[in-house]
Amino acid sequence: MPHKYTGTNRPAGWMGLHRGHKARPLEWLAEKFILLVSLSATVIIFLIFLFVTREALPIILGRMDSSAVKNVRPLEDFDKMTPQEIQAYLHLKPAEYARMDREALLEMMKVRLEAKEEIPDDKDARVNTTAWRYLLLPYQWSDYDRPEYIWQPISQIPKYNLIPLIIGSLKASVVALLFAVPLALGAAIYVSQLASPRLKEWLKPGIELLAGIPSVVLGFFALIVMASFLQHIFGYESRLNAFVAGIALGLAIIPVVFSIAEDALTSVPRSFTEGALALGSTKWQAAWHIVLPAAVPGVFAAVVLGFGRAIGETMIVLMASGNASIVSWSLLDSTRTMTATIAAEMAETVVGGHHYRMLFLIGALLFLVTFIGNMVADWFIHRLKKRLEGRA
Amino acid sequence: MKYALFGIGLAAGLLTLAPEAQAGKVTVKGSDTMVILAQKWAEVYMSKNPGTRIQVTGGGSGIGLAALQNQTTDLANSSRKIRGKEIEACLRNFGRRPTEYKVALDGIMIFVHESNPIKELSLEQLQRIFTGKVRNWKELGGPDARINLYSRENSSGTYEFFKEHVLLGRDFAASAQTMPGTAAVVAAVAKDRFAIGYGGAGYGAGVKHLAIKKDENSPAIEPNEETVVNGTYPIWRFLYIYVNPAIDKGEVAAYIRWIRSDEGQKVVKDIGFFPLPEKMRGE
Repeated sequence: MPHKYTGTNRPAGWMGLHRGHKARPLEWLAEKFILLVSLSATVIIFLIFLFVTREALPIILGRMDSSAVKNVRPLEDFDKMTPQEIQAYLHLKPAEYARMDREALLEMMKVRLEAKEEIPDDKDARVNTTAWRYLLLPYQWSDYDRPEYIWQPISQIPKYNLIPLIIGSLKASVVALLFAVPLALGAAIYVSQLASPRLKEWLKPGIELLAGIPSVVLGFFALIVMASFLQHIFGYESRLNAFVAGIALGLAIIPVVFSIAEDALTSVPRSFTEGALALGSTKWQAAWHIVLPAAVPGVFAAVVLGFGRAIGETMIVLMASGNASIVSWSLLDSTRTMTATIAAEMAETVVGGHHYRMLFLIGALLFLVTFIGNMVADWFIHRLKKRLEGRA
Repeated sequence: MKYALFGIGLAAGLLTLAPEAQAGKVTVKGSDTMVILAQKWAEVYMSKNPGTRIQVTGGGSGIGLAALQNQTTDLANSSRKIRGKEIEACLRNFGRRPTEYKVALDGIMIFVHESNPIKELSLEQLQRIFTGKVRNWKELGGPDARINLYSRENSSGTYEFFKEHVLLGRDFAASAQTMPGTAAVVAAVAKDRFAIGYGGAGYGAGVKHLAIKKDENSPAIEPNEETVVNGTYPIWRFLYIYVNPAIDKGEVAAYIRWIRSDEGQKVVKDIGFFPLPEKMRGE
């Protein structure tokens, strides 16, 4: 590699002057523009994360109150209350209060009273179900025989325990990985090490094309065909379950895992294999004992990215998992994932309400999980590169 | 039907762009259960009143009621009663409680697989089944097999109606699978020998409808028009239209009046729901 200017001996310059040729303002402009464009992608993602987190913030900080029973005042009190009291009681902004006439205000007080009558006044009704304690720990609600993890957001007492959803997401993703990783990895080893160049030319784009299948089509296929087929073979009870959803998810992540693993295997220098072959090993031995160990960080990264895809996928699990929020580690029970919950429930939530903010909290959690997953994967790919260049 | 719906939506959409079509445009939004009905009403009404354009979209009861709160729709279809929170938002946004019109009756059917020997259940048994207290068909006199529950997703008006009137406010068993529509529930039950599900009257080919007893001692009632309209079938509900009283005049009022007239109620019957008894139309 010819020596270029490095950080220490680079002369100060402006608009390309330091590169040792004539100033080209247009090039400089283009360079800055591209920099801006590439930065903006990062900025947009950061802003999305900020938005999601901001919407979930009242719950994260425990400032949201979802307790069903609030103090009510009889209608006769209306004439005794000052405008400030009425505003505070009905949670009205001054502008809203100014717009409403006496009749509307009275009507609103009436609605409060009606709402109070519908809710049974027991211990549950006073509980703020959006507090972290109720989001993560089991709790014995009235009507239940023992403490349980319950996700029942549409209820007189909304119950927002996240554990069933987290377990559901993990179950489906783990099945997807168990199914997809051996297949994708096998294909990657074959394509990168053993296949003839002509076959490789067909196989690689073929598998990668699978990534283009819309997930709704895979979900539909799983719902109508695969679910019945698998139930017929294995004879389990719930037709739609974590197993079916996981297999369909697996089909969706095979191309991702394959593509990255194949890249990792191919980027192992040719000299490694040639050396092994020259020493008399077979092609298979070279692939298994030399290339694969060298590429392990890259392969691991492929698996982690596949996991990120699986846990974030929505349409397939929405259609094929049965969406029952059960706490059970059995793969043959129906399961409800975090993503499917957001998709199914977002449409009817009241903007700013506690259910709405809960769904954003789930969104923020998903973002965090996939973000950390990608970081870990990236770090491993980096390590692979260093290792192959002999710098580790 | 879908195409007709699409066509009307498209036509209405195009007409809103045309300035001369300002007069007599009514937008309708809401319940998915009612969307076929609403679209048929619009079709028949428009053929008789060429000056009027009615634009119908579904989305779910909550979507329609949300649009009503935001004043982005004239009529909101709902398969459940409006909630206190929603009335509050309406009062906040336009100072009035929306007017409620009952426009049709619907019976909630209980579906089981055709091979299931069970023919009738009481409301209490249903409650125990769907809250997960009864888990085996054996306890109800059926085969020794686990009961597989099929429910609607919790944004559905039918889900809320069932929860309120059959489960009496209790939670659905966590093991209940949620399906994205009554048709999906029916399809799932038709494929599952040990399934039980519920849904509106307009659906149900390929599954068995159970007769329902109010309590242990009362007779089991088959769901049909007569038993739903006279109120002997225990799980029936109203279908509603909500409207901002400020715009309940002229074209909008005429349309609602027509829906509740004999002509409008005949459409209800054609679609598979049940017409409103005469005495309720004035309410």
